[in-house]
Amino acid sequence: MPPALAAHAVEKRYRSTAALRGVDLAVDEGQLVGLLGPNGAGKSTLVKIACGLVRPSGGRAEICGHPAGSLAARARIGYLAELFRFPDWARADEVLELHQKLAGSRGGAAERSELLELVGLADARDRRVEAMSKGMQQRLGLAQALVGNPRLLLLDEPTSALDPVGRRTVRQLLEELRRRGVSVLLNSHLLSEVELVCDRVAIIASGALVAEGRPADLVKPRGVEVETASGKRVIEGAGRDDAPRIVSDLVAAGERVFGVRVLSSTLEDVYLEAVGGETS
Amino acid sequence: MTGAVEIALYAWRESLRRRVFFVVIVLSLAFLALYAVGTTAAFNEVNKFGSNPNDTDPSVVAGSTLLGLAMFATLFLGTVLAVFLTLSAVRGDAERGLLQPLVVRPLGRPSLLAGRFVGAAAVCAVYVGLLYAISLVITLLAGDWTPDHMIAPGLELMAAVVVLAGVSLLGSVFLPTTANGIAVFMVFGAGLVAGLLGQIGDAIPSQTLQNIGSAGAIALPFEALYQEALHALTSDTSGLASFVVKLGPFGGAHHFGPGLVAWVFAYLALLAGAAVWGFHRRDL
Ligand SMILES: Nc1ncnc2c1ncn2[C@@H]1O[C@H](COP(=O)(O)OP(=O)(O)O)[C@@H](O)[C@H]1O
Ligand SMILES: [Mg+2]
Repeated sequence: MPPALAAHAVEKRYRSTAALRGVDLAVDEGQLVGLLGPNGAGKSTLVKIACGLVRPSGGRAEICGHPAGSLAARARIGYLAELFRFPDWARADEVLELHQKLAGSRGGAAERSELLELVGLADARDRRVEAMSKGMQQRLGLAQALVGNPRLLLLDEPTSALDPVGRRTVRQLLEELRRRGVSVLLNSHLLSEVELVCDRVAIIASGALVAEGRPADLVKPRGVEVETASGKRVIEGAGRDDAPRIVSDLVAAGERVFGVRVLSSTLEDVYLEAVGGETS
Repeated sequence: MTGAVEIALYAWRESLRRRVFFVVIVLSLAFLALYAVGTTAAFNEVNKFGSNPNDTDPSVVAGSTLLGLAMFATLFLGTVLAVFLTLSAVRGDAERGLLQPLVVRPLGRPSLLAGRFVGAAAVCAVYVGLLYAISLVITLLAGDWTPDHMIAPGLELMAAVVVLAGVSLLGSVFLPTTANGIAVFMVFGAGLVAGLLGQIGDAIPSQTLQNIGSAGAIALPFEALYQEALHALTSDTSGLASFVVKLGPFGGAHHFGPGLVAWVFAYLALLAGAAVWGFHRRDL
């Protein structure tokens, strides 16, 4: 089966800026991939190329084997833009109904109710967009992206306007989607969020992929810290499996051990190292 | 295709729900009331002249000039509506983030444009047709005068506003909201000026001015349609009355003939081609 999303050497130039400089990225069927990077790294550009809003200057992207932007590709995606709006005058239910028609979904009222329930907007189905907070609009945006059972969900900073409770709702939603086998590409600033839910993480900086892998593989062991009568020191290169041997060696050498701690880098360390402290 | 229909229905719902429609209806009623009062007063004055020795029927002059004025106002109000409904359809909506959720759906950018065009053009055409018909009835009741042709001028005005909706939609592909609004009204003004130059050219007479007028009216066929509509009011009237009418600002001296219809269709096709091409290339 072709991957849900495959980007091959994708490039994008906007006049003088090179937004993407040859990015390869794959989201396999059923995978949840987090895309991290500083502002201006090119995350949104990559997602827009995947959904056909932006034309790449080089390389190609495919959705389930279909060229990105083709009707077949667009029939398989759900997209939530970083900056989006729904018409002020429309009610939540009407927004979803329009998208059902455009997506050719036959889910009807049952699908709309289920989606509103899923994003915690069951009470707001008749509310107009103009009377919704930014957070409610973002949840409605998520429900909209899920209309018509997309194979691949492209979410560009879906929690930027949400409070901690709303973020947890989204996390649970992502876990539910994983159970249903939906593939997801999630752009986010929130490292902890990505670390908690993603199968794989890709980090881009200045338009190039700088790190990629499972969160557990990206966070490298940084040694074991032991506290003895002579103070704290770190045994570099050692991991969790080395800890019992280190302690017994120290004891055998007549030292008194007050504490042992296995050190590993967090995703934040990995991220900061990968992007070189870059921000904008 | 079904996508285009959905977008058109969506555009209609939007125009009904937004205050634009309400504002347009209030303005139209105000205009019609003013027109009724003005027309009644004008015909009362005219009827005091009694019959004229030079065979200039004053009610023809008054009627066609007044209805010409109403047609100008109708075209103007129709243009305001057409511009309102289309001016931000592509770039403006994209900048506000309204367009992207629709464009990523599997309907195709040409269908989206077609839906927006049909939605706006239908609303404007119906509006202009209604306003023209009511003005015609008011003129008939106030002065007991009817133009030589009653249906054709209405259809021509409707076509003129459809052309303007197309121009505005094309502009929206390339220009942000405010710039597009200004540009379309400048184009509208340019068309009217060209038409007036042509009329001055007829009156002087000056071949150069006539050529400018014709060229402008053909380059901006809403003007040609408007002139054709004015022309039809007195096209079968001869003598001094029609000559006097033609000297006025609503004279519609030019008659473009049946080629105009073909040109209007070709023009709309050119607008569509340019809009589809520009939209296809645009990163959103
Ligand atoms: N429409 C555009 N025109 C010109 N430059 C753009 C446009 N969109 C994005 N860029 C530039 O491309 C780079 C990547 O932007 P973006 O993909 O939005 O980054 P991110 O989502 O990672 O913050 C930035 O330098 C940005 O300024
Ligand atoms: Mg972004």
